Amino acid sequence: MKSKSIYQKLWSVLSDSRIHLILTAVFGVAGGILSLLVPILIGDAVDCVLGADAVSFDPLQKILLRLAIAVVAGALMQWGMHRCANRLALRTVRTLRYYVFEKLGKVPVSYIDRQPRGEVLQTAVNDAELISDGLIQGLASLLSGIVTIIGTFVMMLTINVPIALLVVLLTPISMLAAGGIAKRCHNSFAVQSKLRGSLSSFAEEEIGNMELVQAFCGEETAQKRQAEISQQLCDAGIRATFFSALVNPTTRFVNSLLYAAVGTVGALAAAELIPALGVITVGELTAFLTYCNQYTKPFNEISGVIAELQNALASAKRVFDVIEAEAEPSDEDLPVLSHTDGSIAFDDVSFSYTPEQKLLQNITLSIPDGQKVAVVGPTGCGKTTLINLLLRFYEPKSGTIALSGQPIAGCTRDSVREAYGMVLQDTWLFGGTVAENIAYGRENATREEIIAAAKEVRAHGFIKRLPQGYDTVISMDSLSQGQRQLLSVARVLLTDPEILILDEATSSIDLRTEVRVRQAFDRLTEGRTSIMIAHRLATIRNADLILVMKDGNIIEHGTHDALVRKDGFYAGLYRSQFAGQAAQ
Amino acid sequence: MKRVLHFLKPYRAGCIIGPFFKLLEAIFELIVPLVMAKIIDVGIRDQDKSYILKMCLVLGVLALCGLTFAVICQYLSAQTAFRFGRDFRAAFHKHISRFTHAELDRIGTAKLATCLTNDITQMQTGVNMFLRLAMRSPFLVAGALVMAFSIDLKLSLIFLPVTILIALLLTYIMYGSVPVYQRLQAGLEQLYTRMRESLDGVRVIRAFARQKESEGKLRADADHLFDCGVAAGKFSALLNGGTFLILNLGIVAVLWTGGKQVDTGRLTVGELTAFVNYMNQILIALVALANLIVVFTKTAASISRVNAVMDTEPSFTEGERTLPDQTDAPLFDFQNVTFTYAGSDAPSLSDITVSLRAGETLGIIGTTGSGKSTFLHLLQRFYEADSGEISVLGNPISEYRYSALRGMIGVVPQQSVLFMGTVRDNLRRGNPDATDAEIWAALRTAQAEEFVQKMADGLDSVLAEGGKNLSGGQRQRLTIARALVRKPRLLLLDDSMSALDFATDAALRAALRTDLSDTAVVMVSQRATSLMHADRILVLDDGEQVGLGTHEELLKSCEEYLAIYHLGQMDGGKENV
Repeated sequence: MKSKSIYQKLWSVLSDSRIHLILTAVFGVAGGILSLLVPILIGDAVDCVLGADAVSFDPLQKILLRLAIAVVAGALMQWGMHRCANRLALRTVRTLRYYVFEKLGKVPVSYIDRQPRGEVLQTAVNDAELISDGLIQGLASLLSGIVTIIGTFVMMLTINVPIALLVVLLTPISMLAAGGIAKRCHNSFAVQSKLRGSLSSFAEEEIGNMELVQAFCGEETAQKRQAEISQQLCDAGIRATFFSALVNPTTRFVNSLLYAAVGTVGALAAAELIPALGVITVGELTAFLTYCNQYTKPFNEISGVIAELQNALASAKRVFDVIEAEAEPSDEDLPVLSHTDGSIAFDDVSFSYTPEQKLLQNITLSIPDGQKVAVVGPTGCGKTTLINLLLRFYEPKSGTIALSGQPIAGCTRDSVREAYGMVLQDTWLFGGTVAENIAYGRENATREEIIAAAKEVRAHGFIKRLPQGYDTVISMDSLSQGQRQLLSVARVLLTDPEILILDEATSSIDLRTEVRVRQAFDRLTEGRTSIMIAHRLATIRNADLILVMKDGNIIEHGTHDALVRKDGFYAGLYRSQFAGQAAQ
Repeated sequence: MKRVLHFLKPYRAGCIIGPFFKLLEAIFELIVPLVMAKIIDVGIRDQDKSYILKMCLVLGVLALCGLTFAVICQYLSAQTAFRFGRDFRAAFHKHISRFTHAELDRIGTAKLATCLTNDITQMQTGVNMFLRLAMRSPFLVAGALVMAFSIDLKLSLIFLPVTILIALLLTYIMYGSVPVYQRLQAGLEQLYTRMRESLDGVRVIRAFARQKESEGKLRADADHLFDCGVAAGKFSALLNGGTFLILNLGIVAVLWTGGKQVDTGRLTVGELTAFVNYMNQILIALVALANLIVVFTKTAASISRVNAVMDTEPSFTEGERTLPDQTDAPLFDFQNVTFTYAGSDAPSLSDITVSLRAGETLGIIGTTGSGKSTFLHLLQRFYEADSGEISVLGNPISEYRYSALRGMIGVVPQQSVLFMGTVRDNLRRGNPDATDAEIWAALRTAQAEEFVQKMADGLDSVLAEGGKNLSGGQRQRLTIARALVRKPRLLLLDDSMSALDFATDAALRAALRTDLSDTAVVMVSQRATSLMHADRILVLDDGEQVGLGTHEELLKSCEEYLAIYHLGQMDGGKENV
C-alpha cells in the first residue's frame, strides 16, 4: 500500500462502488453530448430565420421538436449524473470512515496516546467531509467538463476550422492565468489555515477555561492575544480570498476576449470579408459563439475543481495515514487465557516508553492468589505503567508477565483483560443511560443485577433522584466526580473479575461514602487478588504485600513491618508522614 | 441582523462601492449580446469590415472594464468581510469576558469557543459572498430581463413564466435543503463527540473488550451522515437538472415565437440571437445563486447563534471600588448568605455566617455536594448570593472591581488545569510581572522546585497539551505555585492536595505556614485531619452551616464534625488529604 500514490489509493476505494462509477460515467458522457446538441439545434433553428418573410416554419418546427427532446433528455442525464456522483462520493467517504474506525480499534494504545486528540478527530470528521465535497464537485464537473470540451471543439471544427483553431490557441491563456493565480494563493491559504488552527487552539484553551481566566484577572490579556491572532488572520485572509477570488473574473476576462475575437473574426467571415476564413452563416456564427461560451465554461470550472480536488487529496492523505497506521499484531490464533486463579508473576520484566527514560528494570516478583497488594511511591513514579503492562496496553521490552502461570503475551489480549476489573482515577462513562454504563462489562446483566450493584456502592439513592432514574442519559459533565466514581465501581462489581486494580479510586468521594465503598470492596476482594494504588496509609498497612516504586522502578517490596525494619526508602516515607503530623 | 449591520457600518464605503462595481461589471456583461447583435445586423448584413472591427474593440474594452470592476469589488469585499469579522470577534470576546459563571454554566464554554471561531468565520464568509456574488446574480437576471424587454416586449413575455417556474423551483429547494443541512451539521457534531469519547476511553473500552461495539456505534454515525448527504444531493441534482430544463425549454419557446416575429419584420435576426444569449446568461446566473444557498443558510444559522450570546447580559456587573488602603474590617464577612444555583430546587448554601481576618486560616469541611466549592465561588464573586450580605474589607463585595477583588485572591481549584506554553508562561498567569526569582520562590514553597529544576529547560520547559507530560501531583503543585506567585492576601485551596502523597503534602503545609504567615487561607477538604490546625473550621452539611469553631470545640459541639473525624480515625488515623 505504501508505494501506491494517493490517487491509486483513492481510486481503489472509488472502484468498490463499481455500479455507481459506471452510471456516473454513462450519465456524464450522455449528458455532455446532449448539452452539445442543444447549441447545434439552436443554431440550425436560427438558420431557418433569415429575415422578414424569409422564415421557414416547417423545418423550424421539426428542429425545435428535436431540441425540446434533447433538452428533456439532457436534463434527465444531468439529474441522473448528479445523483450518482453524489452517492459515489458519499459511499467512498463512508468506506474511508469505516476503515478509520476499524483501524482505531486495532492500533496499539501508544498510537492513540501519541496523536494530538484534535488531529485524529479532524481527520475522521472534517477531512472526510472535504474529500466528499471535493469528490462530488470534481466528479460532477470534471466528467461533463471534459466531454464538453472535446465535444464543443469537434463541433467547432465541423463548422469552421480556422476559427476553431483560433479558439484552441487562445484557450491555454485562460488556463495559464488561472493556474498562475492559484499557485500564488496556495501559500496564502496555507498561512490562513495555520492561523485558523491557532485561533481554534486559543479558543479551546482561553474560552474553554474562562472560569480560570477570570479567577486570575486574565481577561484583558486574553483579549489582546486574541486581537493579535485575529489581525494576522484578517491580513492573511484578505490576501488569500482576494487572490482566489481573482480566478473567476480573470478567466471570465480571457473568455470575453476570446468571445470578442471569435465574434469579430466570425462576423468578418460571415460577411465574407476575409476569404481565407471560409464561409459561415449567421446561424453557424450563433452556434459557434454558443460553443465558445460552452467551451470556456468548463475551463473556468475546472480550475476551481482542481483546487477543491487538491484540498480533497490533502485530506485524503491524512485519512490514509490513519488507515495505514500499524495495527497491533493479530492474536486470533493465540489461545484464550484460561481463568484459574488470580496469581500474577513478573519474570525479569523491563520497560520504558522511550529509550532514554528507564522505568521498570528487571522486576521479578510473584503475587499468589488472593493477596492484597499496595503500590506506593511519590507521584510520577510509574504506577500507571504497571497497569499498562498488566493489561497489555503496552508490552514489556524484555521479560514475561504471567497470570496463573500462563504468559500473557501468549494469549489473546481480550481474554487477558477479562481477568481484571479496573477503577481508574479518570472515570470513563459514555453517552448512554446509567444502566448501560453500569452494565458495560456485562452486556446481559438484568435490571435487578444492575440495581443490586448500584445499591452495594450506595449509588442507588442519587440514581433514583435523576430525571429518568436508571434510564437517564449521562454525559461527561452531568454527574459529580464522586458520583462518577461510584458508577465506575458498580460497573466493576458486576463483572466479578479475578484481579482488581484500584488506582487512587476513592480520593474524590466523601469519607462516609468512601468507607461504605471500601467495605463493599473488602467483601469483593476477599479471597481475590487486588492491586491498590493508593496514598492512604491504612490501606497500605493492611496490604499483604507492598510494592514501593520510585522513578519508574520497583525498588522495594514486602510487608509493612518488614519494610519498616529494613529501614530503606519506604521506612523514610513512612516516618516523614509522622514527622509531618507532629509539625501540624 | 441589526447587530451585523452595526459592525458593517464603519465599512459602509466598501459595502456600497464593492457591489456597485460588481453591478457595473454585470451591466457591461449585459451589453455584450447587444453589441453582438449589432455586429450581426449591421456588420454582417452590410459587410462593413471597419464596423465589425470597431465593435470588436468595443467588446475588448467592455471586457477589460469588467475585469477592473470585478477586481475592485473583490478586494473591497474581502477587506470589508475580514475586518468585519475581526471587529465582531473582538466585541464578542469582550462581551463574554464579562459573563458571570451563571451565564457560563447556562451557555457552556464549548459553545462560546465554537461561536468565537466557526460561527464568526461563517458570518465573515457570508458577508464576503454576499458582497461579491449575491448582488451579481439577481442583477444579471433583472438586467437580462430589462434588456429583453427593451428589445421586444411580446417576446420577453416568455421570460415571465420561465422566471416564475425557476423561482418556485429555487424556493422549494431552499425550504427543503435547509433542514437537511442542519441535520448534516448535527450529525457531524455527533460523530465528533462520539469519536472523542471513544479516544478518551480507549483503555476502558479495551479493558472491557468492547471495541466492536464502539466501532459499531461510530459506523452508525457514519451511516447517518451518508443518509443526510444523499438527501442533500437529491436537492442539488434537482437544482441542476431543473434549471437546465426550464431555461432551455424557454429558449425553444423564444425561438418559435421569435421566428414569427422576425417573419413579420418586427424583430431582426441579431435581436433574436441576443434574446437567446440573455436566456443563457440568466441560466448561468441562477445556478451560481442557487449554489450560494448553502452558504447563506449556514451563515443565517451562525448569526442566530452568535446573536443569542450577544443578547445575553451578565446577571450582575462589577463595581468601581478598589481595595481600601487601611482598614480594621475583616478580610471577608458572610452574613446569612444563601445561594441557589440556577435550575436547582434546593439552595447550595443556606444562611451562612462566617468571617475571616488577615493571617487566619479557615477550614471548610463537609460531604460531597455540601457547598464547599460554592463558598469559594461566592468569595470570588463568580456568582451572586440570593440573600444575605458578603462584605470584603468592610465594603459590600458588589462594589469592587473584579480586578481589585480577584487581584488579591489566589485560587487553587479542584482540577489542575495548565495551559500550553512554558512553565514560566503558566506561572506568569498568576502574576504577569513576576520575576524569575519570584517564580522560583513560589515553586519552592509549592514543593515543585525540585522537579522543575530537573526538567531539561527549567522554566522554559514546554508543557504539552493540558500538561500531559507531567504526573497528577506535579500538575497540582504547579497550580499551587501559580496561585502563590500572585502573593495573594487570600489563598483559596479547593481540595488541592488530593494528588499529593503524604510526604509532599506535609512538606507543603509546613512551607505554607512559614512562607505565607500573613496570608489568610481558606482550605476546603473532606477530611478533618487536614483542617485540624486551622484557626476555625466551618462545617457544612447539605449547604447548611452546622458548626463553626476550632477543632476541639467542634469535637464537643458538632455531631457532623465528630462523625467525619471518627470516620477518618477508623481508617487508621493519620490520613493525608
